[in-house]
Amino acid sequence: MTAKGQGRTAFAYLTPALLVLAGLLAYPIYQLVLISLYDYGQEQVSGGAPLTFLGLGNYQKLLGDQQFWTVLGQTVAFAAVCVVGTLLVGAFLAILATRVRAWARTTLFLAALGAWSTPAVAGSTIWLFLFDANFGFVNEVLGIQGFSWTFDKWTAFGLVAAQVIWCSFPFVMVTLYAGIKAIPGEVLEAAALDGASAFRTAWSVTLPLLRPIILVVTIQSIIWDFKVFTQIYVMTNGGGIAGRNLVLNVYAYQQAFAASEYGLGAAIGVVMTVLLLVITLFYLRALRRSGEVL
Amino acid sequence: MRRWLTEALVLVIAAVVAFPLFWMVLSAFKPEDEIISVDPVPWTTRPTLDSFTRALTVANFGRYFLNSVIVALIVVGLSILISFLAATALTRFRFRSRTTLLIMLLVVQMVPVEALTVPLFFLMRSVGDSVPAFGLNHLGSLVLVHLAFSLPFAIWMLRGFVAAVPVELEEAATLDGASRFRFLWQVLFPLVAPGLVATSVLAFIHAWNDFLFAKTFIISAVENQTLPLALQVFVKPDQNDWGAIMAGSTLMTIPVLIFFLLVQRRLVSGLAGAVKG
Repeated sequence: MTAKGQGRTAFAYLTPALLVLAGLLAYPIYQLVLISLYDYGQEQVSGGAPLTFLGLGNYQKLLGDQQFWTVLGQTVAFAAVCVVGTLLVGAFLAILATRVRAWARTTLFLAALGAWSTPAVAGSTIWLFLFDANFGFVNEVLGIQGFSWTFDKWTAFGLVAAQVIWCSFPFVMVTLYAGIKAIPGEVLEAAALDGASAFRTAWSVTLPLLRPIILVVTIQSIIWDFKVFTQIYVMTNGGGIAGRNLVLNVYAYQQAFAASEYGLGAAIGVVMTVLLLVITLFYLRALRRSGEVL
Repeated sequence: MRRWLTEALVLVIAAVVAFPLFWMVLSAFKPEDEIISVDPVPWTTRPTLDSFTRALTVANFGRYFLNSVIVALIVVGLSILISFLAATALTRFRFRSRTTLLIMLLVVQMVPVEALTVPLFFLMRSVGDSVPAFGLNHLGSLVLVHLAFSLPFAIWMLRGFVAAVPVELEEAATLDGASRFRFLWQVLFPLVAPGLVATSVLAFIHAWNDFLFAKTFIISAVENQTLPLALQVFVKPDQNDWGAIMAGSTLMTIPVLIFFLLVQRRLVSGLAGAVKG
C-alpha cells in the first residue's frame, strides 16, 4: 500500500476513537479552564445574569480562602497516610507470601482479590456498618458501644483511610510479589555464598532490584489516593460536619453542585489537575528509568 | 516449625481482610432484629431473605441493577470495538502524527477525570437539548463519559497485543485472498482476545463502580439511577436500614467478584502483555 493509502486507512480506523476523545476529554479540559475564569453561578446558568469574565479572580478568591488551604493540607496528609499504609501493608504481605506454601498464599490472594474487587460504594457502607456506633461489630468487640467513629474529625479520617488501604493494598501486594518472584535465584544464592545475612540480602540485593517497581506502585498510589471521592463522600456524609472532612475532590464537587459556584469548582479542578500532572511527570521519569519505552 | 507460624499468621491476616465481605453477606441474610441488636454476633441461626426482598421491592433494586448492567455492557462493547480499531491503526500503520498521538494518549490517561465533572455536566446538558437520550438524567450520558474514560488505557493496552501478531500472518491472509476487512475481524480480532478480556474487565468495573458521575448526571430521573446511587436510598440519618443496605451491597459486589475470579489469570497475563508490549 502506498504511504498515502496507509495514512488514509489508519485515519479511518482512528476516527471513532478520536471523536470520542476530542469531544469528551479534550473539549471538557478546555472548558474546565474556561469556566474557571468566569463568575459562573446559578443565575448565569439559567441565563438570568450575564457572564462576567473574572480572569484569575476565582483563583485569587481560592488562594485567599482559609478553608482552601485547610482542605489542601488535609488532602495531602490524607493521601500520605493512605499511600504509606498501603505500601507498608502491601510490601509486608508480599514478603510473607514468598515464605509460605501455595495453599496459604492462595488463601491470602483470594481474600485480597475480594477486597480489591469490592465496589467503593459497597465497601464504604460495609465499613460504616462494621464501625456503627450502636450495631457495629467492632464496637461490640472493643466494648465501646455508642462510640461514634465518624463524629470526631480524626477518627473519621482514620476510618476512611483504613477503608482505602483495605481496598488498595492488594494491587501493591500482587505487583511486589511478582517483582520478588522475578529476581533470579542465582543472585540470592550468590549473596548467601558470600556470607550475607538474610537482612543484608534483603537490604542490599532485593531492595535495589525492586526499586523500579516500588517507585511505580508508590506514584500510582499517590495518584489514586490524592483523588479519593466516593469513600470520603459516603463515609463522612459529603465531607463531614461543617465540611471538616473535606478533601479537594469533594470540596470541588460541593462548591460546584451544592453551592452552585461552578466557576470556583472548576478552579479547584484545575488546581487538582496541575498538582496531579506534576506527580505524573515524576511517574513518567520513573517509568523511563525502570526501562519501559514508549 | 517457623513456616507453620508464618502460615498461621497469613491465615489470620486473610481472615481479617475477608471479614468485611463475610460480614456483608452474613448481615444480608440476618433477620431484622439480629441486625439492630446491640450485641451483634458473627453467625445467624435464622437466615432469611427479607432484606433482599426489601431491597428489591422497596428500592426497586432490580431496575437499578439492570441500569448498571446496561451501562457497563454498552461501555464494554463500544470500547472493545473502538479501541481495537485504534490500536490496529497505531501499530500496523506508519503515518506522520503517530508518535504525537501516542504521547497524547499517555498524557490524557493522567488527567483526573473527577476534575471534569463541571464541564461534563454542562456538556451533557447541551447534548440533552438536541439528543435527549445522551443528555442529563439519561443512561446515555453515563455511557458516553465512561467510554471516554476507558478508551485511552484500552487502546494503550491493546497496542501490545496487536503488535505481537506477526505481520507475515497478514501477508499470508492477503495471499489467500482475504480482504482487509476479513483479516481484521476474522484473524486479528480473535488473536488479541486475551487483551480484550483485560481491557473489558477494567472498563466494566470502571462503569459499574462509578458513583460521582451517576450522582452528578442523574439528578431527577429516579428510574435511571444506577446501583451505587440506589444504595444511598436506605441511608437515612440515624435510622439506616442496614439489612437492606447489606443486601444491596451484596447484589452489587457479587457480579464484580465473579467477573474478577473468572478472568484473574487472563487479567494478569493481559497486564503483563501490556507492560511487555
